[in-house]
Amino acid sequence: MTAGDTPVVEARGIVKIFGQHRALDGVDFAVRAGEVHALLGENGAGKSTLIKILTGAYQPDGGEVLLNGAPVRFSDPLQAQGQGIGTVYQEVNLLPNRSVAENLFLGHQPTRFGIVQRKVIAAQARELLATYGLEIDVKAELGSYSVAVQQIVAIARAVELSGKVLVLDEPTASLDRNEVAKLFEVIGRLKARGLAIIFITHFLDQVFAVADRVTILRNGQLIGTRDLSALTATEVVRMMLGKDLAYDQRTLGVAESVQGPVRVEFRGIGRAGRVAPFTLSLHEGEVVGVAGLLGSGRTEMARLMFGVDASDGGEVTVGGRSVTIRNPQQAVAAGFGFCPEDRKLDGIFGELSVRENIIIALQAKLGWFRALNRDEQNEVAGRYAEDLDIRAANHDMPVKLLSGGNQQKVILARWLAIDPSFLILDEPTRGIDVGAHAEIVRTINRLREEGLALLVISSELDEVVAYSNRVVVMRDREMVAELRGEEITPAVIVSAIAENTGAKA
Amino acid sequence: MRRSNLKAHLLRPQFAALAAVLFINWLLFPGFFAITWQDGRFFGSVIDVLNRGAPVAILAIGMTAVIATRGVDLSVGAVMAISGAVAAVMVSDGTPAVVAVAVALSAGLVCGLWNGVLVTYLDIQPIIATLVLMVAGRGLAQLVTEGSIVTFADPLLIYIGTGSLLGLPMPVVIAAVLMLLATLAVRRTALGLLIEAVGVNRSAARFAGISSRLLLLLVYTFAGFCAAISGLIVAGDIRGADANNAGLWMELDAILAVVIGGTSLLGGRFSIPMSVVGALIIQAMNTGILISGFSPQFNLVVKSAVIILILVLQSPMAAQWIARRTTAAERTPR
Amino acid sequence: MKIIKKLALVAGIGALLSTTAHAEGLTGKIIGFSQIGSESGWRAAETSVTKAEAEKLGIDLKFADAQQKQENQIKAIRGFIAQGVDAILVAPVVATGWEEVLTEAKEANIPVVLLDRGIEAPEDLYLTSVASDQVKEGRVAGEWLVGQVGDKECKVVELQGTVGSSPAINRKQGFEEGIAGAANVSIIRSQTGDFTRSKGKEVMEGFLKAEGGGAGICAVYAHNDDMAVGAIQAIKDAGLKPGTDILVVSIDAVPDIFAAMVAGEANATVELTPNMAGPAFAALDAYLNAGTVPEKFIITESKLYTPADDPQGEYDRRKGLGY
Repeated sequence: MTAGDTPVVEARGIVKIFGQHRALDGVDFAVRAGEVHALLGENGAGKSTLIKILTGAYQPDGGEVLLNGAPVRFSDPLQAQGQGIGTVYQEVNLLPNRSVAENLFLGHQPTRFGIVQRKVIAAQARELLATYGLEIDVKAELGSYSVAVQQIVAIARAVELSGKVLVLDEPTASLDRNEVAKLFEVIGRLKARGLAIIFITHFLDQVFAVADRVTILRNGQLIGTRDLSALTATEVVRMMLGKDLAYDQRTLGVAESVQGPVRVEFRGIGRAGRVAPFTLSLHEGEVVGVAGLLGSGRTEMARLMFGVDASDGGEVTVGGRSVTIRNPQQAVAAGFGFCPEDRKLDGIFGELSVRENIIIALQAKLGWFRALNRDEQNEVAGRYAEDLDIRAANHDMPVKLLSGGNQQKVILARWLAIDPSFLILDEPTRGIDVGAHAEIVRTINRLREEGLALLVISSELDEVVAYSNRVVVMRDREMVAELRGEEITPAVIVSAIAENTGAKA
Repeated sequence: MRRSNLKAHLLRPQFAALAAVLFINWLLFPGFFAITWQDGRFFGSVIDVLNRGAPVAILAIGMTAVIATRGVDLSVGAVMAISGAVAAVMVSDGTPAVVAVAVALSAGLVCGLWNGVLVTYLDIQPIIATLVLMVAGRGLAQLVTEGSIVTFADPLLIYIGTGSLLGLPMPVVIAAVLMLLATLAVRRTALGLLIEAVGVNRSAARFAGISSRLLLLLVYTFAGFCAAISGLIVAGDIRGADANNAGLWMELDAILAVVIGGTSLLGGRFSIPMSVVGALIIQAMNTGILISGFSPQFNLVVKSAVIILILVLQSPMAAQWIARRTTAAERTPR
Repeated sequence: MKIIKKLALVAGIGALLSTTAHAEGLTGKIIGFSQIGSESGWRAAETSVTKAEAEKLGIDLKFADAQQKQENQIKAIRGFIAQGVDAILVAPVVATGWEEVLTEAKEANIPVVLLDRGIEAPEDLYLTSVASDQVKEGRVAGEWLVGQVGDKECKVVELQGTVGSSPAINRKQGFEEGIAGAANVSIIRSQTGDFTRSKGKEVMEGFLKAEGGGAGICAVYAHNDDMAVGAIQAIKDAGLKPGTDILVVSIDAVPDIFAAMVAGEANATVELTPNMAGPAFAALDAYLNAGTVPEKFIITESKLYTPADDPQGEYDRRKGLGY
């Protein structure tokens, strides 16, 4: 057996049981040195569980893990890290208020006589990051850099500490296109250095762009491990879902024709330093897509509309009547709903039940003294959970136990429950699996047909094109373009985003 | 279903702990459960536990809501001293007791509101914000009493502290009524759910259109109000306002009661009745130590050992262990 | 009303002072007084008695309240030294950490007198210390009880002060010494009441329950009057007569215990005099005017008061002192 064929890390017949539920059922998985191995599966397929077993966070109930051919048993992630398996998660778990250099070497700083040598650390950090093509001020706080830079710092740290196997758990979920490209460059370098890289993502195009082989799980079962060169995207999706995709990526843009009267209008809304004043009206039965790079002012625009941040001036009218929106309560009272970008931080109440998470906005709107009783809560939660096909064992379980896609649907249900007239969705499909993704897109289309006005912010241009009647483009905290009808194609949007940016530099 | 709910409630570790402490008390003192009727009221050690536990229980009722919002109120002990001092000084100056009680309770409301404003509008961390009043409040109470114990003979104030209704000590009646009203107020309205939502995730609460600030103001004000009631009871009990000692360190007992009752300091799920049970566990322990005849040097050691035991028993680790044991037992044939 | 209060204060102080040595020659002297704070009624009384006594002697008293902080006391003493006072009184908040500032005072030739608490420092750094003998206080209480019960069997319950505090340790020790000779008097239960009324009441409630409703208890000994006042209420709540069914003896002689004596509910108290300044001023007078070096430790009297000692009069005299 040649060195290249011996798996660096291998899992054999892994079984993991939670209560009554078999999260993994006899799964085999092997990664070789110098390969990028994608791990795919819908949420709940068992990807995270498998990774947690490989990195020592969980102990398997059956089967064994081998490192360089020898059985190992990690009692915790630190031990796995020490033996060569490093992990980088979607949410970078470093210390944002410490410097980049400190984050790189935290816990194993070069010291002399017990004193941390800052200069040495800084020099080493610069050197290290240069090998990743990153030239930044390593003394600055980590938190002052973009997520992409933080991601690369986290990777550098993990590789430094471990050096054999690198697990990337949805590293691209919060990156924009340029940043993803940069990350792939880094992955390429590490691959050339002979690392075994496990890559978990929801983006099929990224899998094809960067990975050599793919292992697909479904419902805790191994579906198969294949060379990607011999696969098509459709085949991968079929393996994941056990069926063909529900919506076709080639779906044509929505006709502009059916438009009701103006539902809500924002005139001269803006906030110094965040978003330049903009004017936008949305019609009944209309989806307005918002495109733009991260930091272009997309989210800031949505926050102003919903009163999370107060506008410096301007006017908001709903159904022709002027309303004041200076906080979310007023927005909710005006019939607005907002699914925020950061689900975990701003969206879900992790410890509260699915039912409570669904009825909470309605209850807040009704006020303290018009409490929904248990039957009413069950009725509302049941209705919208069914409507959106929220998959939960029961509605009394904490929402934090649901998958990301189901959590997103819970938040969507929360707003549908107040019977909104205007709904803002900020990156509604980020970080959720392909199946749930398609469902959310279908739901957006359905809500439009039901006469709702929607504003949808998304980095997925194919998606924006698929459901938008109009698309506004944000660039440098300003609304720079409004595209209609025929103009709504990924190519036009990309050029609108890119226009002038080059000239500025 | 309701019935099985009740059974599940009674099987909680807190009730087991309370039963265990009471049982140990009975071992130490066989007359522990004896209750006699004397001078128109029940009389016995169990009544003492209820009566002496009432002030902390009342504090814990207010504290529960605060802790559910992921806050804490360190000032309740000092607010007790303020309320007692205000009432005592007013009645000894000849103000009608009803007015004095009303002013003392208002003082508690104002103190709570002050805490609430610091926490919500100035966005100061609760532990720091309430520390201000914890320190300054006792000084304020000392100013009111001019540093001495202000004694009084006002029948209403004394009745609040030592009277009895239907044979039960007044503090017990007050605590029970307050517990009932507070529980109804949070569970029959949306307040309970909204408080839990704010405690679990304040940012998400804001995005969901919950008026977190108003809720926070409300819970801190309520905690101040509860503290004022407790202050009146303690003052009435000794027929005097002792600004230096009234409610001293009681905020810690109240926090402990809430934690023993199962409400997490990280906010979220809360139960007012269970906090009251927590207060009773603490007091049962105190009373047990008193009648045990141990040397007082052991008081704190015994108390902390029991508390550690209780907290360990209700920790997630222990719950898992017990769950494993029960499923294993069920699986075992025969 | 304020005026009445003030009159009472002056009258009360006058009565107390009549027993102290008649000092002369301190008129016009400037004396600094660094007080701990006002954490108890007794402390407040000590402050007002000291101020009144200084006024009576024509002393210009510079008063500084340290609010329980040693650094404030050190700051105040340095201030007194800078002002060039004739003498300094200190009621030290803690026992250690005084060497430096007292050396400064010694170098400036300013005599320092410690009030009511000792310190751990070389004795030559201060002129004298005026304090009560806490062991003796307990012994006086114990001896009174032995004399009171005669040959009868007497089971005593004890309400201790805060665990580990020196008054609690010493007053317990003194009382045990006082009853050591009498086999018929014994302590059957002892618990801490933290020197407070409410804890005193709560602990007494427990004692009464544990001792068959109080039938077996002959007397309660409390390390301070406040706990005794709480215990009296507990005894009454249990349907017994304090002072008759159960004897009550305690220490401090605060006004409220005299009120209880008037009502026949307390039997004896041992005075911890708030007039520490009287002996201090007398010593300073002798030292400054005649160069007489006083004894290093001046012990104040531990006077026993019983209902025979005009409790109503004692109550009135003390009421205005700030207890």
